Amino acid sequence: MSSQAASPASTPPPLNYLNAHYGIRSWLLTTDHKRIALLYLASVTFFFILGGTFAGLIRIHLLTPRGYLVTPETYNKLFTMHGIVMIFFFLIPSIPAVLGNFLIPMMIGAKDLAFPKLNLLSWYIYNLGALFALFAIINGGVDTGWTFYTPFSSLYSNTSVAPAAIGIFITGFTSILTGLNFVVTIHTMRAPGMTWFRLPIFVWAHYATSVIFILGTPVIAITLLLVALERLFHFGFFNPALGGDPILFQHLFWFYSHPAVYIMILPAMGVVSEIIPTLSRKPLFGYPFVAAASMAIAVIGFFVWAHHMFVAGQSPYSALVFSLLSYMVAIPSAVKVFNWVATLYKGSISYDTPMLYALGFIGLFVVGGLTGLFLACLGVDVHVHDTYFVIAHFHYIMVGGAVMAYMGGLHFWWPKITGRMYPESVARVAAVILFVGFNLTFFPQFILGYLGMPRRYHNYPPEFQVFNVMSTAGASILAVGYILPMIYFIWSMRYGAVAPRNPWPGTGLEWQTPSPPPTENFEKTPVVTWEPYDFYNRPDLGLTGPEPPSPPGSGPALSPAGDD
Amino acid sequence: MIAQSELPLFPRGASSFAGGVDSLFLYLLAVSAFFAGLIFLVILYSFVKYRRRQKMEIGVPIHGNMKLEAAWIAIPSFFALVMFGWGASIYINMRRAPQDTLDIYVVAKQWMWKLQQPDGRREINELHIPAGRNIRLIMASEDVIHDFFVPAFRVKQDVVPGRYTTMWFRATRPGRYRFFCSQYCGTNHAAMGGWVTVMEPAEYQAWLSGSAGEPDTAAAGAKLFQQLACISCHTGLSTGRGPVLNGLFGSKVQLADGRALVVDEAYIRQCILDPKVNIPSGYQPIMPAFQGLVTEEQILDLIAYIKSLPAPGGTAPGAALPEGPRKGAP
Amino acid sequence: MQRTGELFGQFQNLDQQREASSLGMWVFLITEVMFFGGLFLAYTINRSAYPAVFAMASRELDVHLGALNTGVLILSSFTMAMAVWSSQQGRKKQLIAFLIATLVLGGVFLGVKYVEWSAKFHHHLVPGSSFAFPEAHGDVGTIAHAQLFFSLYFGLTGLHALHMIVGVGLLTWLLIHAARGRFTAEYNTPVEICGLYWHFVDIVWIFLFPLLYLIDLHR
Repeated sequence: MSSQAASPASTPPPLNYLNAHYGIRSWLLTTDHKRIALLYLASVTFFFILGGTFAGLIRIHLLTPRGYLVTPETYNKLFTMHGIVMIFFFLIPSIPAVLGNFLIPMMIGAKDLAFPKLNLLSWYIYNLGALFALFAIINGGVDTGWTFYTPFSSLYSNTSVAPAAIGIFITGFTSILTGLNFVVTIHTMRAPGMTWFRLPIFVWAHYATSVIFILGTPVIAITLLLVALERLFHFGFFNPALGGDPILFQHLFWFYSHPAVYIMILPAMGVVSEIIPTLSRKPLFGYPFVAAASMAIAVIGFFVWAHHMFVAGQSPYSALVFSLLSYMVAIPSAVKVFNWVATLYKGSISYDTPMLYALGFIGLFVVGGLTGLFLACLGVDVHVHDTYFVIAHFHYIMVGGAVMAYMGGLHFWWPKITGRMYPESVARVAAVILFVGFNLTFFPQFILGYLGMPRRYHNYPPEFQVFNVMSTAGASILAVGYILPMIYFIWSMRYGAVAPRNPWPGTGLEWQTPSPPPTENFEKTPVVTWEPYDFYNRPDLGLTGPEPPSPPGSGPALSPAGDD
Repeated sequence: MIAQSELPLFPRGASSFAGGVDSLFLYLLAVSAFFAGLIFLVILYSFVKYRRRQKMEIGVPIHGNMKLEAAWIAIPSFFALVMFGWGASIYINMRRAPQDTLDIYVVAKQWMWKLQQPDGRREINELHIPAGRNIRLIMASEDVIHDFFVPAFRVKQDVVPGRYTTMWFRATRPGRYRFFCSQYCGTNHAAMGGWVTVMEPAEYQAWLSGSAGEPDTAAAGAKLFQQLACISCHTGLSTGRGPVLNGLFGSKVQLADGRALVVDEAYIRQCILDPKVNIPSGYQPIMPAFQGLVTEEQILDLIAYIKSLPAPGGTAPGAALPEGPRKGAP
Repeated sequence: MQRTGELFGQFQNLDQQREASSLGMWVFLITEVMFFGGLFLAYTINRSAYPAVFAMASRELDVHLGALNTGVLILSSFTMAMAVWSSQQGRKKQLIAFLIATLVLGGVFLGVKYVEWSAKFHHHLVPGSSFAFPEAHGDVGTIAHAQLFFSLYFGLTGLHALHMIVGVGLLTWLLIHAARGRFTAEYNTPVEICGLYWHFVDIVWIFLFPLLYLIDLHR
């Protein structure tokens, strides 16, 4: 079981946000950020299962070169809808809407977000967009790829493009409003003493993400709106026969969709930045650098979009600029990885499940990030663009990275959210199964890509079969890795051990509240006097070190090697 | 002659680009493996050495180290610049076709490829080329965006409707190599591939002069020139309403707004489809637009015909005008 | 979260609430800039590709009505600013008067827009199968590029009009609450932030008007 803090576990507090009000109306009309987070949890989990089902069908179909499971039309719809569902309805909301909504007010010492009703509205907007997307799926599906390249999507496709585009357009407002809410909350509602550099990195990460939400999402909104208008009213912006330009679509699309990948990874990095110092019981190495790197990724990320277009026919000189900038955006990510690893050094490392997910994240993110360097490299990208190499790269980041961090975060804050512990031994096994299954699924795809297997192919030459079979086998193991937590999380809500207020323990304000917290989070607004992840100066956590901790605020009694 | 092994791990290279691209790839792989290995080693080491031994213990409170931060910003930046520079030089080479290319015209449409040899012979989903020769593909799409990708040559290029895109390569090794469409283009995107057959130069010549009956595209273009009444303005005389096209291809034309442009395939295509743009100086903007009235293939035929027209007073290879005013000095 | 007076429960005090509301509206306006920005980009690219046709098509628009609308909106921004000032002074009657004035002017704008759009429909200048552009003298390219202009015209003015309609809705809400005496010198944040929104919608039009109507007046 996990380590206990000084205060023993007891029965859940009599009144908390879960039992404060009963009935479906109290949930559907709630303005409590914690309940809204759980509403989002339900929605995104539904879409994760839907998107995962599409992926399963794809992998089964690809067991054989001639592929007999589905028709080509259906296959094309499957990969399109897998992409749309996973990106827009699962990954982009996941950590911000579930963990961000739940934790940010508590982490800064506030009672709620700045605009709670807007928060609830965001969830309803998400569902409205989701309805349009589900309609598109049921109405025969969409077959344009999640990238909607014109003129195929605007003129030639015979599928439900407009409903899907409108659905994504609507759901985009969820991102915009959530980003707005986070930015305003973080700026104006921090508790006394909670200065910017005392904020948990989780908050910094979501602030950076919110900047991208605010600046980027409106651009995809207008882009998809234009595609819908072109299909419905024959506007001609992307139609070469009318003097329009298909490449204009690509520029507009990728201007958002590249920063979108940073929307997906920055919150994940924020989660990892909480788990590693907490479960090593020492400060995050290089805190200011990690905070600055988050902002740098968000900013530089807006200037690299055309690295998706190196073979689209643009000028070679612009390609040079975008390649160089793409290398620049990799540096802050590398800085973060090095700082996390340095945090482990001379730590007191717990083997609990969140740490396993966090370390798994680092391993898989490193592979994904390094293969990004291959793609940023112009000479190599010409060969591997639009092949399985790219697919492997982004799944390493988005699944091996973002989803693992999401799972790690769910485990890490599960006691706070539900007041229960998940079963530790089963969870550790599931984490390892996930890690193994993931690598078996996606590593062979790097090889397939360099060999030349293109993306979005329902058939392939027979010499590619062995790696495809390997990949599908891995996918079946990966599925087990996801199904297990779904089962034991639900199990734990009834039968899990009652969680203490601060199981790990953590130094953040969220751990000062009961597990689960009351609706207003804090009875009175906390006043912050300590630095983040400062286990050395927190006797209230009940920990002992090799040296007895000095009184709070007096600084470390010893000067450890390498300290600044 | 299909290049294939039992379990291929690495594709065979068959173009002058392949060696460079593979070397760069292996360099990237080596650097990545080194740094990933280093990181994983440190993680594993810490994971074991610094595991929690007592329930209540904490770690050593180290906050940071400026020198380390500087080092791990500087060192990756250095490697990044090397990777960027090397990749950029290969890419610039790929994007700049040499002058002496053998030009193949390619038309992509859902879901097939039509590839046209210089002599006009057309192949479908097949491309025969000589080894050791610089080959340039000039590509057009009839409908959506496609992409011509030859893994063995390590090159690809999108084919975008509404313009010409080009790519070049030099095959080094005779053999048969797959090519794929690698920009999703609809239902049968995965079926839209074929084979590039690289032959010894002598074999290629023999293949070219073999099978008769291939349509002569310049002749087809000449027919179109009549049918579409181009000849009514482009009479070949300087008194015609339209510019003289003889010997025009490859020369520089002065535009009405003062700029000068080279008359290449793209310019001729634009003049046919949207003649109001880039009008040559001294001429009225009266040419009708043929957008929607000619296919990409027909445009290629017209270009082949215009290319074949000799300069006034000179002799030229290719077909003469079937009928109409004689070429020659006015 | 409970509300005590005008203070919403998640905030510590009214100052924090005002700061948050104001920052929230500014951030929202930034998203709107990015939203319209995509269309302005499409406009810029297409106009620089086809300047002559854009000028030709622009002459189909009624400059007088456009100028009238510009004047109406600028005036409405003035009345809106006066409304905000009135609320800051605690002058309820004045506030209501200026809100009504702004509403009326907004209505005038939308009415004129309706007239303009009807004329376009009547003259077959809507992109699609019924599009007709006699000035092109049958030239396919010109017709296509003129359609691009009108796609941008309808896209930009349509999106702008939608924002105006939302603005009118906000003003109506403000009017109702002003009549109930909700806004005082101490608490007038909703008036202030709706004012920000209204000014933004006005500024978008200030850009739209010359770009669409004033491309080439002289020929």
